[in-house]
Amino acid sequence: MANSFYNEILTDHNMHPVHKHELAACSCTRDGVNPSCGDEITLNLRIENGVISDGSFTGSGCAVSQASADIMLDLVIGKTTEEAVRLSGIFTKMIRGECSPEEIDELEEAGALQDISHMPARVKCATLGWRTITEMINEQG
Amino acid sequence: MKLSERNYKADFPVFEQYPDIAYLDSTATSQKPRQVIEAVAEYYRSENANPLRGLYSLAVKATDAYENARAAVRDFIGAASEREIIFTRNATESLNLVACSYGRANIREGDEILVTISEHHSNFLPWQILAKEKNARLKFLKCSESGEYTVEMLEKALTPRTKIFACAQISNVFGRLNPIRGFAEVCHKNGTVIVCDGAQSVPHLPVDVRELGVDFLAFSGHKMLAPMGIGVLYGREELLEQMPPFLYGGEMIEYVTLCGATFAELPHKFEAGTVNAGGAVGLHAAIDYINALGFEEIGRREQSLTRLMMREMAEIPHVHIIGSDDPDEHHGIVTFTVDDVHPHDAAAIFDEAGVAVRAGHHCAQPLHKYLNLQSTVRASIAFYNDESDVHRFTDCLRTMRGRMGYGE
Ligand SMILES: Cc1ncc(COP(=O)(O)O)c(C=O)c1O
Repeated sequence: MANSFYNEILTDHNMHPVHKHELAACSCTRDGVNPSCGDEITLNLRIENGVISDGSFTGSGCAVSQASADIMLDLVIGKTTEEAVRLSGIFTKMIRGECSPEEIDELEEAGALQDISHMPARVKCATLGWRTITEMINEQG
Repeated sequence: MKLSERNYKADFPVFEQYPDIAYLDSTATSQKPRQVIEAVAEYYRSENANPLRGLYSLAVKATDAYENARAAVRDFIGAASEREIIFTRNATESLNLVACSYGRANIREGDEILVTISEHHSNFLPWQILAKEKNARLKFLKCSESGEYTVEMLEKALTPRTKIFACAQISNVFGRLNPIRGFAEVCHKNGTVIVCDGAQSVPHLPVDVRELGVDFLAFSGHKMLAPMGIGVLYGREELLEQMPPFLYGGEMIEYVTLCGATFAELPHKFEAGTVNAGGAVGLHAAIDYINALGFEEIGRREQSLTRLMMREMAEIPHVHIIGSDDPDEHHGIVTFTVDDVHPHDAAAIFDEAGVAVRAGHHCAQPLHKYLNLQSTVRASIAFYNDESDVHRFTDCLRTMRGRMGYGE
């Protein structure tokens, strides 16, 4: 039987997201959609001197997509945009099951989502926030 | 009510491999009994050649096996002749065949095509495309909140321009049985052709095309114990006769010259290319299995398990069943939502408990939009399920919100 990835970290971030709200004075906004679950998020970042000083998201969808976006913001707020893109790359690798334990450690709580690599149908849910932030930062140049 | 003592799971090798799985997704595809698996293997072991083509005795055997399957289908659905039974890949291909062949030849600008709002995409998209191509109008017949369509509702929706009405006998979301016989009567009075999608009805109850009076009936073998890749289109002979071929190639011609061809007789006119004889043999074995079991027993078991499931679900707070409250209107198909739990999360949690259910829009997006739902979870029952499957499902459902961090 499959291992549960509905652990406390995931359900907690789904039920009590810290970063799910509007964001005043945000410098960029981007929508992300995962048509398979119908997940939708709008990601907002405030970027000051190359550092993500604050971030938030709004939207709706499955627990995996919403919790993953919240966990991601926990991780990247306070970091540079470059660092955020790098961590997002590690997360994507982890979901593909290609990460070393050291790399997973860098992801902190997001490491709790690693078992999703066994559920191909849910990968898009888990990566929605991460994909969106990477696209957004890359677009900013 | 107690189910019969017989353990039907013993006929299905998949349950030997996975004794602890509660397979509640037979609406998507059924499991296959040993009798079907064996019949297909036996065909490939001892009868295989290219049917309808070869001039040697093994090819004759293959042709006989294939055509005997056709005769079994004819009897199974009460068609007048084997000429009315066309083998396809699945219900989807059957419905596309009708839209492409009959539809293109008969629909003109300004005509109307009527489909129900709950149709599977397979019985909706081909008509949407046809309507666009011909500048015809696609109209929707809307159901009541409990998923009911009545003959009166259809009568009101038909106009002198309605050329085709497409409707499932049983919706794969509601599980409700539509009054197809009454529909066919009012359609014919109106000069409208009725195309019936039997994908969910033919596996579960006796369907007789002449009694129903439908012009076309489509269904898939894989939902009724047969292998994937074999499906059926029934069409009334006089309509099929006038229709142009759907695909062109081998087997469907009589004579070919450099500037033209004459086409083969029914039903081969519609079966271009090498056919799925192994699949047809498997479908024949599936029909034999169902006939030996009997629809009475199938219906009795499915009804009793559906009642059990819905009775237990009614006691679980925050669970909402789509469609009728009456289990006898569901034919083993129970679609539902759980407050605050996304259907894909629900399906994943069911999977962790060894319960296989479907989540999503079940290829019925227009219906979900109409009901204002993004997606739903669907548990579906077949005769080979038993009470332990239902309990495994309801036990998991009871703890679902708790698992996601909500109070019970
Ligand atoms: C009502 C209905 N129609 C059509 C289909 C399409 O069947 P298939 O995918 O076998 O062509 C299905 C199955 O999903 C169905 O439930």
